[in-house]
This record gives sequence, C-alpha cells and structure tokens, in this order.
Amino acid sequence: MTYQFDFGAVLQYWPLFLQGVETTLLMSFWSTLAGFVMGVGCAIARSSGGPLLRRVVGAYVEVIRNTPLIIQSYFLIFGLSSVGLTLSILTGAILALVINITAYTCEIVRAGIESVPRSQREAGECLGLSPLQVYWHIILVPALERVYPALTSQFVLLMLVTSLLSAVGTEDLFGIAGNIQALTFRNFEVFVVLWVVYLAMSALVRGAFALAGKFMFVRKRKLGTLL
Amino acid sequence: MNQEQALYLLAGAWGTVLLSALTFACSALLGLAIALMRVSGSRAVRSTAFGYINVIQGTPLLVIMGICFYGPSIFGAAETSPLFAAVLALTVHAAAFLGEIWRGCIESVPRNQWEAAECLGLNRIQRMFKVILPQAFKIAVPPTVGFMVQIVKNTSFASLVIGFAELSYNAKILNNSTFKPFLYFGAAAVLYFLICYPLSWFSLRLERKLTIARS
Repeated sequence: MTYQFDFGAVLQYWPLFLQGVETTLLMSFWSTLAGFVMGVGCAIARSSGGPLLRRVVGAYVEVIRNTPLIIQSYFLIFGLSSVGLTLSILTGAILALVINITAYTCEIVRAGIESVPRSQREAGECLGLSPLQVYWHIILVPALERVYPALTSQFVLLMLVTSLLSAVGTEDLFGIAGNIQALTFRNFEVFVVLWVVYLAMSALVRGAFALAGKFMFVRKRKLGTLL
Repeated sequence: MNQEQALYLLAGAWGTVLLSALTFACSALLGLAIALMRVSGSRAVRSTAFGYINVIQGTPLLVIMGICFYGPSIFGAAETSPLFAAVLALTVHAAAFLGEIWRGCIESVPRNQWEAAECLGLNRIQRMFKVILPQAFKIAVPPTVGFMVQIVKNTSFASLVIGFAELSYNAKILNNSTFKPFLYFGAAAVLYFLICYPLSWFSLRLERKLTIARS
C-alpha cells in the first residue's frame, strides 16, 4: 500500500464540517417535526376517515413508499421551478423530506392504532370517558408508545437520508463535504470523516428520541412496564 | 418524449433491475451469515455482528458508496468499476438490515422446536440447517420480499457518488438536456412504481396468508 493518508488536509476545514452538521440537524429537525404531525394526521384519516379520504391517503402512501426519494425530490424541486415557482433550496429540500417521511410515519402509526384491541375502547366507554378522551388516552397515546421504537429508527434513517438532498444543492454535511473534496482531492479521507460524524449524529438523534420518549409517555415513565 | 429518449429511460430501468438482482443475491449470502452470527453461541461472534449492524445502520448509504468507490484503489485495486462499487456498497448496507430481519425470524421459531432437535441428538449445525432454518424461511419470506422494495429504491443512490447509469441517473441526464422535469421524473417514478408495487403487494398478501396459517 503506497497511499499516504492525509487527514490533516481535510480536518483543517472543520468549520465547514460544523456548518454542514448544523444544516443537516436543522433539516432533520423540521422534517421530523412536520412529518410526525402530518403522519399522525394521515394515520387518523386512514384508520377512521370516510371511504374517499381513506383511499386518497392510501394512494398517497403507496406512491411515496414505492418510489425513491431522489426521484420525488427531483420531481418536486425541478418540477416546481419549471413552472416558475422557485423555493429556496433548503425549503424545497425540507418539503420533499416531509412529503416522504409523512407516508412512512402514517403507516407505522396506523399499525399502532390498529393494534389497540377493541375491548380497550369498550372498557373506556364503560368508564364514561367521552369519545375524544377515549381516542386520546386509550387509542392514540398507547399506539404511539407501542410504535415509538419503530418511529425512532425511521427518523434516524431520515436524518441519514438528508444527505441525498445534496443532489439538489443543499449545503448539508454531505453537500459541504463535496466542496471539501474539490478543495483537497482527498476523497477517501473526507468519506472517513463523514462516516465518523454521521455515526455520532445518529447516536445523538437516538439519544434525543429516548429522552423525548421519557417526557411524552407519562405512563411508561411512572410504571416502567410494557404495554 | 421521442422513441430514443424512451428507450434510454428503459435502459436505465434495466440497470436498476440488474443492480437490484445482483445486490439481493450478494446481500442474501452476507445477511444470512450475519443473522447466524447474531444467534451464535459465542459472545464475541454475536457482538461482532451486533456491532456491524449498528455501525452500518448509523451510516448514510451515500457515505458507504463513497468508501466502496474510493477505498479499493487505495488498497491496491487497479480501478473500481461503477457496477462493482455499487453492488459492494448496496450489499454491505442491505446485509445489515436483512441480517436483523432474519435474526428475528430465526428467533421466532418456537423454543420447543430447538429443544426437540436437541433431544433427537442433532448437533448445532444439523439443528440449525435441518430444523430451525427451514421453519424460519417460511416466516422470513414476506418481510424479505418487502425489503426487496427497499433494495430497488436504494439503487437510486448509485446515481450520485458513483454515477452508475440506472433509472434515476438516466432520467436526470434526459432532464438536463431537455428540461422537462415533470415528464422525465414522472416517467421514472412510474417505472419505479411498476417494479416496486407488485413486490409490496405480494409481500402484504404473503404476510396475511402466514398470519392466518399461524393463528
């Protein structure tokens, strides 16, 4: 092996890497938040909406889940700009991510909602809870608690997949690393640094979700038992 | 879209199918090895596989692509062909996910089957290959078919770092020269859907059948 590794040449650009980390985390945060809210909304629509609404949401989910994100974002971002609607690159990228993650969140949450046994709802009704209380305390919150690990994995994948949006020009960690490659010609070293930084970020996101779960699911925090 | 452009897009779809098939074949082998390592009796072997899965699942596929594309030439290989690098990266990635899916399937074979095999005097290897794996296989088919959809979609990553000429790459080239994004990316989306949807549908059907059979 005659190749001389030179990480110094790459690491001197650490402020750029840091800026990239910031953009990646920003993109992940907003698309996670919006995707979670809209995904839960779609799951409710798909499990208890009218027949037409169910079909529309179902079709949306199937189309998104059976086409790659890269094509969706090209279609959306280049498509919108071809009809004269220009978004900033970051907004367009986050929009594409939200449209994508909403479909996955919807499927995961719907599975959770459908896993709540019928007898639980009936028990809630017998206790004199209002329909809204039954939906919130007995269906939605336990359903979310049950699928929370799957949601966490999905949102970690979302953070990792923001790198794909560098193809439309976002200056996220992966996009900025492309500039550093052009500056240093040290492609392999740049990828090794990226590898380490992304690993640390996925640990961070996992940790953040574990912490958020502690706040969100009071029952679990107090009892510590499985559902 | 004229005929030439349509054929170019279809050639891209062929690249996607080829890449998916090669990736699935290679990652099935590596994934099986990972799954078996995860249920091994040795603690060291188990944690090696566990570490592999965690590291790969915490790395973006694009970074794995970069390592697989630029890495081999550093360690003495003459030149890395795009197809080789793409299959290598996709295999490394998919094997981590398949390994974890299949571990779940192996572990969901009822405990008494393992014990019965032991009572019959089968050794570890016989027990795994004659008793456990054939039963785990049945449970594994629906999620594996579902995961094939992921593999097909993931091949689109090969259009970026590596520049392998598959469907997304060809659609992008066509759009760059004509600037009709709705047409070309719409057509590419339809082609991806035609490849992926039958797999999704089949996976769901198999899963329902299995649920009925087991209950």
